Amino acid sequence: MMQTVTIQDEGDIVEARRVVRDFAKEMGFGIVDQTKIATATSELARNIFRYAGKGLVELQDVLSPHGMRAIFSDEGPGIENVSLAMQEGFTTTQGSLGLGLPGTQRLVDEMKIESTPGKGTKVIIFKKMP
Amino acid sequence: MERIPILKLKNFLIISIQTDIHDMIIKILQEDILNKIIETHARGVLIDVSALDIMDSFMARTLRDSAIMAGLIGAKVVVTGIQPAVAITLIELGLKMNQVYTANNLDHGFEILNELITEEDFKNKL
Repeated sequence: MMQTVTIQDEGDIVEARRVVRDFAKEMGFGIVDQTKIATATSELARNIFRYAGKGLVELQDVLSPHGMRAIFSDEGPGIENVSLAMQEGFTTTQGSLGLGLPGTQRLVDEMKIESTPGKGTKVIIFKKMP
Repeated sequence: MERIPILKLKNFLIISIQTDIHDMIIKILQEDILNKIIETHARGVLIDVSALDIMDSFMARTLRDSAIMAGLIGAKVVVTGIQPAVAITLIELGLKMNQVYTANNLDHGFEILNELITEEDFKNKL
């Protein structure tokens, strides 16, 4: 099972979290996990929209270890220092709207960030099936 | 642009967020609430979110800020019906809603508003 959502306007953030919730539900995740995955998606999709303008969310049903993977990719400005961006309270935006990447990481089992300044960012999250 | 309706009942404003909404609409709601408080002299606001199965950091923060802003212009806000899965997610995400009054349903929210306003009137008389 695989599915993609394109992020290019604000409404797509809503669409992404709806699609991700349905996907997680279909896979058999419980209501709390569905909510966590959908919320993590909302945070990451908003980052794409705010910082890169557009990008893509790709969902995968992973067999081993069984779980759901979501890949958020964009060709935006990229993240200069990924480990700094992962620190609690770090933000590049004055009056930042989100809780940053650490908050999102707490909602999933794994989060990996690959970023090249000037080229784009790829964030991969994974939620294990309990 | 789509708008969330705000109902007035006696001294109170009642808002029910029925569907998942995007960032712009919640920002407009924030402004609408403040304007409506001034316009109607409302002393309390109930915001029901029981139909929402997701509340991300942006929405939660906007609701919390709305409550604080409403307080600055003299109205109390109670957010009602946050779903358990949403509460768990918000705390893990790291968002604190501790400046906001909450209740598990509209009835209870209504009681809290009445108490807060009675308390305020009492203080004002002293």
